[in-house]
Amino acid sequence: MLINPTSPHQGDSWLERNIVDPSERHDSPIVLETKQLRVFYGENEAIHEGDLKFPEHQITALIGPSGSGKSTFLRSLNRMNDGVATVKGQILYRGVDVNQPEIDVYEMRRRIGMVFQRPNPFSKSIYDNIVFALRRRGVTDKATLDEIVETSLKQAAIWDEVKDSLQKSALALSGGQQQRLCIARAIAVQPDILLLDEPASALDPISTGKLEETLMTLKQKYTIIIVTHNMQQAARISDYTAFFNMGRALEYNETSKIFTRPKVQLTNNYVAGDFG
Amino acid sequence: MNPKLSNRIAISVLYVISGTIIVILAALLGYIIISGLPAINWHFLTSPARAFTSGGGIGIQLFNSFYLLILTMLISFPIALGAGIYLNEYAKQNWVTALVRTAIEILSSLPSVVVGLFGFLIFVVQFDFGFSILSGAFALTFFNLPLLTRSIEEALAAVPNAQREGGLALGLSKWETVTHIIVPAALPAILTGVILSAGRIFGEAAALIFTAGQSAPALNFADWNPFNMTSPLNPMRPAETLAVHIWKINSEGIMPDAKAISSGSSAVLVISVLAFNLLARFVGKRLFKRLTAS
Amino acid sequence: MNNQLKKQLLKRSKAAKLERLGKSVSFLALMLITVTVFAIIIFVASKGFSTFFSNHVSFVDFITGKNWNPSVTNAKGQPEVGALPMIAGSFIVTILSALVATPFAIGAAIFMTEISPQRGAKILQPVIELLVGIPSVVYGFIGLTVIVPLTRSLFGGSGFGILSGTCVLFVMILPTVTSMSVDALRAVPRYYREAALALGATQWQTIYKVILRAATPGMLTAIVFGMARAFGEALAVQMVIGNAALLPTSLVSPASTLTSVLTTGIGNTVMGSLQNNALWSLALVLLVMSLIFNLVIRLIGRKGAMSK
Repeated sequence: MLINPTSPHQGDSWLERNIVDPSERHDSPIVLETKQLRVFYGENEAIHEGDLKFPEHQITALIGPSGSGKSTFLRSLNRMNDGVATVKGQILYRGVDVNQPEIDVYEMRRRIGMVFQRPNPFSKSIYDNIVFALRRRGVTDKATLDEIVETSLKQAAIWDEVKDSLQKSALALSGGQQQRLCIARAIAVQPDILLLDEPASALDPISTGKLEETLMTLKQKYTIIIVTHNMQQAARISDYTAFFNMGRALEYNETSKIFTRPKVQLTNNYVAGDFG
Repeated sequence: MNPKLSNRIAISVLYVISGTIIVILAALLGYIIISGLPAINWHFLTSPARAFTSGGGIGIQLFNSFYLLILTMLISFPIALGAGIYLNEYAKQNWVTALVRTAIEILSSLPSVVVGLFGFLIFVVQFDFGFSILSGAFALTFFNLPLLTRSIEEALAAVPNAQREGGLALGLSKWETVTHIIVPAALPAILTGVILSAGRIFGEAAALIFTAGQSAPALNFADWNPFNMTSPLNPMRPAETLAVHIWKINSEGIMPDAKAISSGSSAVLVISVLAFNLLARFVGKRLFKRLTAS
Repeated sequence: MNNQLKKQLLKRSKAAKLERLGKSVSFLALMLITVTVFAIIIFVASKGFSTFFSNHVSFVDFITGKNWNPSVTNAKGQPEVGALPMIAGSFIVTILSALVATPFAIGAAIFMTEISPQRGAKILQPVIELLVGIPSVVYGFIGLTVIVPLTRSLFGGSGFGILSGTCVLFVMILPTVTSMSVDALRAVPRYYREAALALGATQWQTIYKVILRAATPGMLTAIVFGMARAFGEALAVQMVIGNAALLPTSLVSPASTLTSVLTTGIGNTVMGSLQNNALWSLALVLLVMSLIFNLVIRLIGRKGAMSK
């Protein structure tokens, strides 16, 4: 098979691509943009190129078969792959390239937060899970912390369930509650973008439904990029969808278009359930 | 030979071997406790030793053992924690790490008498600390570091990676994540390791004869100023520990009740070490429960 | 606005500073241990070599000489620092105790992993852990009050000697060798057992022909570990071996080991004197042997890894 990352638009059907620029049809500004992004695990190139633009206050879903590189791509965006993989190319966060060594990766990750596949609350109380990062950043005022705990838990739609047991261990919560706690923990540091890596894959359908509702309301305040292998989920909640295959973003468009009139044959096959 | 018959014989032999080991331990413990318990009483545990007459106790030695243990832990725990963190969280797989791991392995297999001699050479002679608690604590630190480092490293490695990612994704540094999330999560296992190594330190004698010394000068338990020579807290005084005391009276003791004193001391030593072991199990289980449940 | 963001993102945060500090501090701790190990080797070596370089004792005489009496000069005008009695003593007690401990340790390990894992875990495991925990001076004391009188009444003489030393060391290394053998046996994959049993082999045939063979490198490591421990053990041996720097002629006559002469001698010699330097040479032999044991364990490990 011929792979030539420098000239993507050739006739080979494997490399057929259709990437739209959301800023042309949408008036919300672009918050995050990747340019010529390539990711290497040692000698192996896992992401060949990803040139995507993510609009503000929208949910963008990254879909594709397992091994397509969608998670690797996501984890590269806030440099969680530092030390594991080599990321080349540019990641423009509001115009600033954050994929360069001079960038303070900690401040960047505070602005570009992440929630993982399996809920990973710390073995601390619910309250301490939320305020932990704030305390480390020097916020000590009790009233401020209390307020942030309440607003974060409310935004993550878990406040009513835990407001009476804030001092209880977070590990005593159910899986779905733990995941929403992790979202609350992520938004407590007031990020700009939330990256979610298959956040519902370890949850039951009811918890998944609650989580999706939560995300729909969160997008009013945050830009959300979510990796999912559940196409219905992508169709339900996202505004934009990118289809990944074999380390490449093949198609990127408004979600409705991806699922009804995909322009790329492979996308069509995938959303129709032919492989994956 | 008939395979069925040889199978039966072999298995019986294994039962006999295992039984023998149990009998050996039972005999050892029985002997230590039965011969030692009659000697143990409040006077024995609290009064100073006597060199030539009977009726001496092990009060000062017992105190020295605990003081030395605490001092050793105060010195070695931060070092072992730092080393364990670096090895588990930062070390890349390269020749430096391989060299460091080899060095730690070598240290852990060095005979404790060699470690003691090195301590003697450096602290007692070069630094002129003399035979002192401080010299002994440094020697025991070398003796303790490899095992403690390894147990801390293992404890950290057992904490799932998702916890580290959780911290990093909040914009915290790896160091903050490790010290505030990973170490607390690994605390039960770390504490178990600490207590077990405390038992080992408590019973160690070979590394101490030429560092902490073989004499136990009288102490004034009313004087807690560490700069006074008779103060129990003075780290520069020579300090024979309980384990060294047992060795000393059996090699050159001339008090008439040497045997009773050794029996009593051995019993106290073994009971203390057993207590450390039980405590380690208890603390490990208890803390683990408290950290995971609500 | 972008410029302001850029400035915020380029500024080194508190987290970045903490990260650098923490990484350096923990690296220093690790280096401290490493440097100590090299310092031990260098200091002990330099003290140990001074017998040969400052006092001009021939290395061959040191290793092969049968008379240890550093304060006396022999007919050649050389001090008598023949370390062979101690070297021989150390090797004999080490090898003998390993020979006795090995069948016990492996037998117990097989019992714990293959025959009765439940009773193994409930009874034998704590027994082994308790045996590890007993301090070596206590072993020495029991050797002195039980083993030595027993050998005396059985074989005559003083009771002090290689035999008593072997008995004490046997019990001391038994738990180490056992628990490491258990690890080696547990590492043998389950399907080895199932395959052999399915072929109609008896339990013992399975153990003897399949499991023990698969676990050989691990158990060899266990035995060498035990030997390293026995070779370096000081006080317990010193208390029962009799401390006579003579080439051992029988198992029940007083003898000595490198460690026993060291523990009794260092305190009675003056730093820098030949008598003292000669003792440091003994310590060097101990150190070198410890390094060799380490090397052997590594070689076994590498070979075991290759054959898998």
